Amino acid sequence: MTRKSTMNRREVLASVAKAGGVTCLAGLALTAYVESTSKAEATALRPPGALPEDDFLSACVRCGLCVQACPYDTLHLATLGDPAPLGTPFFLARDTPCAMCRDIPCTRACPTGALDAGLTDIREADMGVAVLVGHETCLNYKGMTCSICHRVCPIRDEAITLERQTIDGRSLVIPTVHSDRCTGCGTCEKHCVLGHAAIRVLPRDLGLGGKGRNQAGRPT
Amino acid sequence: MTTARLTPTRFAAACRRLAIAEKGWLRAHKWWLLRRASQAGALLVFLVGPVLGLWVASGNFASSSILGVVPLSDPYILLQSVVAGHAPATTALTGALLIVVFYAIVGGRAYCGWICPVGVITDTAHWLREKLGITRDRKLDRRTRWWVLSGTLLASVATGSVAWEFVNPVSMVQRGLIFGVGFGWAIVAAVFLLDLVVTRRGWCSHLCPVGAFYGIVGTVSATRVAAARREDCTNCGACFSVCTEPQIITPALKGDGTRLIRSGACLNCGGCIDVCPVDVFEMTARGWAADPAGKDAAVRQDLEPPAPAREAA
Repeated sequence: MTRKSTMNRREVLASVAKAGGVTCLAGLALTAYVESTSKAEATALRPPGALPEDDFLSACVRCGLCVQACPYDTLHLATLGDPAPLGTPFFLARDTPCAMCRDIPCTRACPTGALDAGLTDIREADMGVAVLVGHETCLNYKGMTCSICHRVCPIRDEAITLERQTIDGRSLVIPTVHSDRCTGCGTCEKHCVLGHAAIRVLPRDLGLGGKGRNQAGRPT
Repeated sequence: MTTARLTPTRFAAACRRLAIAEKGWLRAHKWWLLRRASQAGALLVFLVGPVLGLWVASGNFASSSILGVVPLSDPYILLQSVVAGHAPATTALTGALLIVVFYAIVGGRAYCGWICPVGVITDTAHWLREKLGITRDRKLDRRTRWWVLSGTLLASVATGSVAWEFVNPVSMVQRGLIFGVGFGWAIVAAVFLLDLVVTRRGWCSHLCPVGAFYGIVGTVSATRVAAARREDCTNCGACFSVCTEPQIITPALKGDGTRLIRSGACLNCGGCIDVCPVDVFEMTARGWAADPAGKDAAVRQDLEPPAPAREAA
């Protein structure tokens, strides 16, 4: 609403200050809120082809086309209280893992490039990496040959292999994840027979750790 | 009108009764009915897919695919994505362009009046406010929405994310209805209560940056409401009492320049057309205006504004 030069200088200055003030207030409040909630929790996995989390949050418009394209109802759009930022697509491996469709319909449905259409081989997907976290609870560590994680893995004998190890003088068969082959689909986590899965898919940096900057591996 | 003290509440109800008496219920609710049908239809198109398996439209209002062919994307959300540092894929850009062109034709804030489901919620809050006779009104500056809009873009730059979508009630409502709402109802309730007890028409007319954005598109929109027969105006005030942005009617109705309501803030909701007992208003288009009353050519001419009158809007 432009009013024809009926404002004097004082009013103009006050008006500009008000506009600037409210803009900064709104911007800062929103920035603070976004910064405090903008990371998906480690349990919430992104669809195949998802850009790294920071880039993903600048690209995803929360439209749900990937969710509707998924033939297995694996994906969900986060509502308030879910472990991923509001409106973004995620799945929980323990509930419904990714079925690793060969045509990757979710990624092809994405209109913005938040899911990278360049991903054409689902075996190249990186949704996370499986980690056997429950060394005290995993049945194979107790001397049984459950090995369910190995048997259900869709990248059979490549992403998870059974390795014979001798621990405390006992000969055990240990499910061993090969991070270069694991896509993080979560099928192992889904089928682990324990009440809480002993093998879990984690975001890659969280699941694998990483090199530091000096030879000892620590930051300098 | 009664001799009792005329509160805004009683006044609005009296206006409505007068329009019904003059024109019949149907004609006094024509645009309202069309609008509600449009709002329901927009949601239904997205719901028949997930519910019945009839995939006319997939996705939601943020971005969608119509019949698996035509992409549509919310330009404001995409703008946040761009300033956050993402170069969107062609599909989304095409979709956003189609939406901008569409609203440049039908009226920018036609989105608010005809599509956005929050409009139904805030209209209901307003209706209840009038019914209950709530007059308490914490006045807000109508320009606040521009500042919020700037703030959301600022936050998108600062966080490198689509910032407003972390809180946007507009997205939350439509997404909630299509994909499941979770705790999103709490924010919807907050908007309802804001409009009911704190500020008259608080959300849509003062705060919402989505409406502000579409208002910018609306400054060039072709479809406009015009006070085509303003000579017939009886000064009853009915149009001002129903309008969500009453300040924009005055230049067209009481000025001597253009009869078109030119402000981008207009929702093209047709509320003024419905409620006017003497049919002053009509839906028309910029640069093209038939003269339905068959009046003299002067009326037709000044539907198109003379150049100097532009600033008056």
